[in-house]
Order: sequence, then C-alpha cells, then structure tokens
Amino acid sequence: MAAKRVIVIGGGVAGMQAAVALKKQGVTPMLIERDITLGGKLCRWDRLFPSGTRAGEVVSPLVEAISETGIRTVLCGEVSEIVGDDSRVEVMLTDGSSYEAEAAIIATGFDLFDASLKEEYGYGIYPNVVTSVDLEEMFRSGAVVRADGSEPRSVAILHCVGSRDRQAGCGHCSRVCCITGVKQAIELKQLYPGCNVYNFYMDMRMFGSGYEELYKEAQERYRVNFIRGRISECSGTMDSRVLVKAEDTLAGRPLRLTVDMTVLLVGKQAPASNAKFASELGICVSSDGFFKGADCFDGATLTSRRNIFVAGTATGPKNVGESMNEAVAAAIKAAEYVKGLA
Amino acid sequence: MEKAVADIHKGSSGTVAKKFGFTVKSGRAIDIDAADMSVADEVMARVPSWSLCIGCGGCTATCTAGAFADYNFRRLHLMVRRGEVTGLRGRLSACMLCGKCVLQCPRGVNTRGVIAALMELLPRD
Repeated sequence: MAAKRVIVIGGGVAGMQAAVALKKQGVTPMLIERDITLGGKLCRWDRLFPSGTRAGEVVSPLVEAISETGIRTVLCGEVSEIVGDDSRVEVMLTDGSSYEAEAAIIATGFDLFDASLKEEYGYGIYPNVVTSVDLEEMFRSGAVVRADGSEPRSVAILHCVGSRDRQAGCGHCSRVCCITGVKQAIELKQLYPGCNVYNFYMDMRMFGSGYEELYKEAQERYRVNFIRGRISECSGTMDSRVLVKAEDTLAGRPLRLTVDMTVLLVGKQAPASNAKFASELGICVSSDGFFKGADCFDGATLTSRRNIFVAGTATGPKNVGESMNEAVAAAIKAAEYVKGLA
Repeated sequence: MEKAVADIHKGSSGTVAKKFGFTVKSGRAIDIDAADMSVADEVMARVPSWSLCIGCGGCTATCTAGAFADYNFRRLHLMVRRGEVTGLRGRLSACMLCGKCVLQCPRGVNTRGVIAALMELLPRD
C-alpha cells in the first residue's frame, strides 16, 4: 500500500503544526508556503500575549521539526487552483507545478486589515499614525520612536480598526486585538515609564486565560488609561503630533487628546482567495469570509468535502495557541480519514 | 413630582414637621416598568438599524453640534430607548443633520434617520 499523502497549504504556525502532527501519525505530509520562509505572520511579531513569550520561541521549534523529520516543503509556492474529487486533491501553483494527494488541510491564515482604508484615521497620511503591526516591528528592532526619531511621551491605542465595523466591510470581531492592545500598552510603559498611554475601546474582550489578569495589571501596575469610546478621527497637528477625537462614553462628553503617536489595532480579515478555493472545492465560507467548518464543535476542522480539512485562522480569528491546537485536531481527522482508505 | 414630607405627615398623623425640610424626590432610577416606549417603538419600526447600536460614541465624537452645544446624540437616543422622552426635543434642535454620524457608525445605524424620526415623534417640551 502506497503511503498516504496529505498536502498542507500554508506554512504558518497552524500549517507547520498540522504537518508535524500528520508525520507523527504515520502519514506523509507535504507543506506548501507562498513566502520564502516558514512562520507566516508570526515572523513579524515580537512577543506574544499573555505570557510575553518571543514569537521566535514558538516558530523555531516547528521549523526545526519540519526539517528534522524531512517533511517535504515547497517555499514561494503560490497556490493558483485546488481541484479534485472525493478521492484525490490536486493543488496547482502559479509556477505551473502541481501536487497530488489523498487529502488536504487548508491553513492559509488571514489577511491584515489595510488601515489606510479608514481614511479618517490618517494612516499613510500622518507619519505618527502607525498600526499594531508597525509597532510590533518597532519592538523587534528595539527602536520604538516617532517618525522624527524622538521618544513618544504619549500614545493613543485605538481598538477595533477593521473589526466590528460595517463601514469597513468587516462586521466580525478579530478577537485578539483587545489583548494585543493591552500587551502593547504594557510594553510601551515598560520601555518608557513616563509615557502616557490611552486605550480607546468599544468593549474589552478578555476571553483567554490570563487576559483579564493582564488587563488588571495594565491598570494597576502600569496605569494605562482605558477610555470607553471609539475614536472618530485623527488629525495631524502643526508640530507633527496627532489630535484624536472620541466620546468618553462613560462621562457622556466629547473628548479631545493630542498624542505623540497613535497605534491602530488592525483586525484579521479573510483572504479573498478563500471564496475562490471554496467555490473550486465546493466547500463553504461563513458570512465573514472565513472557511466554515462542518459544525462548531467536533467538526470544526471538517468541511463538506470528506478529504478537505481546515485549521488555524483560515476558519476565523484565533490566537496562536488555538491555531496550533486546531491544527492538531485537523491532522488527527485527516490521518484518520486517509488511513481508512483502502 | 415632589411632595413635602410635611404634607404627608399632616395627612397621616395630623402633625406638621415643616422644619425637617425633607422632600420625597422621584427616584433617579430608570423605571422601565413605568416607561413610555411608544416613541422608541415607532422609531425602531421606521429605522430598524437603530437596534444595532453598541454605544461606542463614535457619533458623538464626530458630531460638530455636540462639540459646542449640550447635545450628545448617543445619550439622547439611549434615553429614548429607555422610555425617557421628555425634555429631549429642545436639545435635538442643535443637530444640523450633516450626517457625519452616519458615515462614522461602525454598526451601520442610520443615525440621521433616527434623528429625523425623533424630530417628528418627540413630545413638545
């Protein structure tokens, strides 16, 4: 009997984890990643909430496991089309090559919301309006500074940019931005204890283990200011600072604040390719554009096609741990499926 | 609404306690049981997207009138939803119907439609 093969599309943490888990179960995985390196979005991240673990500490062991176990990996492999039927899957790449297997796990992740679409926040217009990803890269490089190289003495962090916003075409909650905002506020205070940090939120969604505690620590130990109200606009001032306008909804009055830097917590969006792959395969996407599992429980990694599985943020916004665990679940289901084939 | 305690005492026991100066005030609590929801129901029927408000205050933050006048649209329409409709009509006159609040609303509430309905439905002060 020939070895059963499963193609894993996407080499982020979910895809890598799924490939490693498949290998452990005696199935032959193959990993396709469109970038030149494995690791996905985490390659641009510095530290992870709520523990402060370096992103590299999560990515590196997976990359090592992939290479040590000899999992076949295709880098720079942009998938153009996925075809097949109930018994085989063929993945075609834009360079003309194609790969065939008995099953596939889709772990294609998410796209970041393009903050410049919210023109009222001035991203790309005012140099001191940055995104949470830009700030993360500053943390990585060790230079958290304004456009002119000076240290920020006040920072506004705006939650829900490209999340829960119908005007921006993203009605869903991206889940992890609230805790990212708390984490980044703390990191700013650790770096610059004298810096005033203001988080503008609609709701604080502290769903994970240790999140509420981190929120409390931000208030109690770091004196981060939490203001319940959505910033309606940012304007540049003559001295290159940023004037933000919000309503302090708890006080019931409009509020103005001038800060040295504004951070936009950008949300997670479903890649446009989800709908294309879903229609090619005859599987479903949810109203938010992410892949839809067979159900919300035991079938979260299954689809309406018995040989197509989904894992990680391809099925919706998730934190790193959730993505990795879902990848193991998908790998178990996929291995069960291919082993059951004659 | 206020009634001197003295009057109550007079009525019940015949004593007069004028010097206490206590009064019975109507409660500060929002009394949903006694609320008049007719305006809210009608606005909701006309502008169904009103139900989507999560109170983020984006409308009030962007409001030009609210920056200068005692006009807070988030609070005003919330009071209507809670059945407290008296004394609001005058405040609503600050609105210039510019519609910035509609553009801003992350939930897609037709805020200007709500205002237009309220201008018609709120009782005269």
